Amino acid sequence: MTEFLLAAAGLILFTVAVGLARVLRGPGDADRLMAAQLLGTGGVAALLIVAAATGARGLEDVALGLALLAAFASVAFVNSGAPPERDDAPEAASK
Amino acid sequence: MSGALDLFSIAAISVGGFFFLAGTVGLLRFPDPLCRLHALTKVDNLGLGFIVLGLIARSDGVFGALKLVAIWALVQLAGATSAQLIARAIRRKEQIGAKSAGGSPAA
Amino acid sequence: MNALGAVDLGLALLVLAIAGWTIAAREAFAAIVGYVAYGLLLSIVWARLFAVDVAMTEAAIGGGVTGVLLISAAARLRQAQTAEDERPTLPLRLMAAALSALAAIALGAVILSLPEPGPSLAPLAAKNLAATGVGNPITAVLIAFRSFDTLLEKVVLLLAIIGVWSLAPDRYWGGAPIAPRAARPVGALTFLAQLVAPIGVVVGVHMVWVGADEPGGAFQGGAILAAMWMIVMMARLSEAPPVGAPWLRAALVAGPAVFLIAGASGAVTSGAFFALPQAFAKPLILIIEAFMTLSIAVTLPMLVAGPPRRAPL
Repeated sequence: MTEFLLAAAGLILFTVAVGLARVLRGPGDADRLMAAQLLGTGGVAALLIVAAATGARGLEDVALGLALLAAFASVAFVNSGAPPERDDAPEAASK
Repeated sequence: MSGALDLFSIAAISVGGFFFLAGTVGLLRFPDPLCRLHALTKVDNLGLGFIVLGLIARSDGVFGALKLVAIWALVQLAGATSAQLIARAIRRKEQIGAKSAGGSPAA
Repeated sequence: MNALGAVDLGLALLVLAIAGWTIAAREAFAAIVGYVAYGLLLSIVWARLFAVDVAMTEAAIGGGVTGVLLISAAARLRQAQTAEDERPTLPLRLMAAALSALAAIALGAVILSLPEPGPSLAPLAAKNLAATGVGNPITAVLIAFRSFDTLLEKVVLLLAIIGVWSLAPDRYWGGAPIAPRAARPVGALTFLAQLVAPIGVVVGVHMVWVGADEPGGAFQGGAILAAMWMIVMMARLSEAPPVGAPWLRAALVAGPAVFLIAGASGAVTSGAFFALPQAFAKPLILIIEAFMTLSIAVTLPMLVAGPPRRAPL
């Protein structure tokens, strides 16, 4: 059973790693980002499976951290596409 | 660990792995960004979902199982939100592209 | 064991491939996504090397702070897009390549010349672990056995903040930075921030708390808390505080200050700078960790937010 779990974790990781070809090919930035997102989910899955297979402590917390921050890159990407914010105008400085 | 539970785990994790495979193939082969996004979201909910289901059968105790479910829920939340945001960004870009090409903005 | 060996080999090759792609990528954003993926893979590599504490740090920092910092930086650079005409000349590129190759060869030579087995204080640290009262050897090493290094690492973060703030124009000094954020409130993002932030705060505190006996600790927990403050600011639910705010200054220096006070009192009570009295070692370590967490959680978002860009009120 342990052997099966480790093999499954490895296969999932490599499946999503193949998806990283999208980072290379693009064409859009959104496509690249999706590949990273997929890798994140695959990483969470692989970590959880390995944690169950080996009983190593703390691996689930690593997965928890990854899950918690999974949306960060996307949020930053979408925000960065917005028009730039201007620094305060000089007249606001005199107030 | 009984044989039936092991079998259940193997089946669920295999199904989850299949969705990871399908999602990756979709991400690589689907023709446009929104289709690819659609493939991606299936991985978050079904792929990870089935794997968590398979692991719950092997988890020690209620809290271990709850933690797995919590991690899945967090990935779901993050996946759903970023899919929304990315889709918006893609549409915005398409509209800008359509305008600058002189055509009417795509519906 | 075979399956695991194959996974390890594949992981190593994958990390190298992504690293190569990140360097070779022409476009800033493509390179950044490569780098984010690289960080994710590294955190899995650390987990495989049984360095779970490092894996957590990599996941928290790479997934949260660095990604946002780099993507926002790329967006700013894109506004001042000059990449095409500022393409470095061939001799310059050759020189850069030669220098990089030299650095790589030097690093490789150093690693190959390390004695086998390498000198290690690990057995000594493990033997004296009980004296600290904490169960996680990493935490014991960081806060008790090499406390001075850890203190200086936090001071470096403070120096970084001072460096960032010193970029502020005079008229904005004491004002608030504008953290990277959405141009206007977006429903989905607001929902995410409102839901994730409270959960993340619990997870961050959990990581600090279990850090005494299990993988985790001040930096991991602090980085998660920092990320939660960042998501709240990115969703426009709160604004970055003015850099002159007394509470902000206090929070920034709280960790190093408490650490320093504990170290100095060690000089009085135990006869050596940073010697923690054995009877109080564990509570002291926990108190230091708590204040360190606070400082890290405040420092990292302020680093990402950048110099003040608003006039003080």
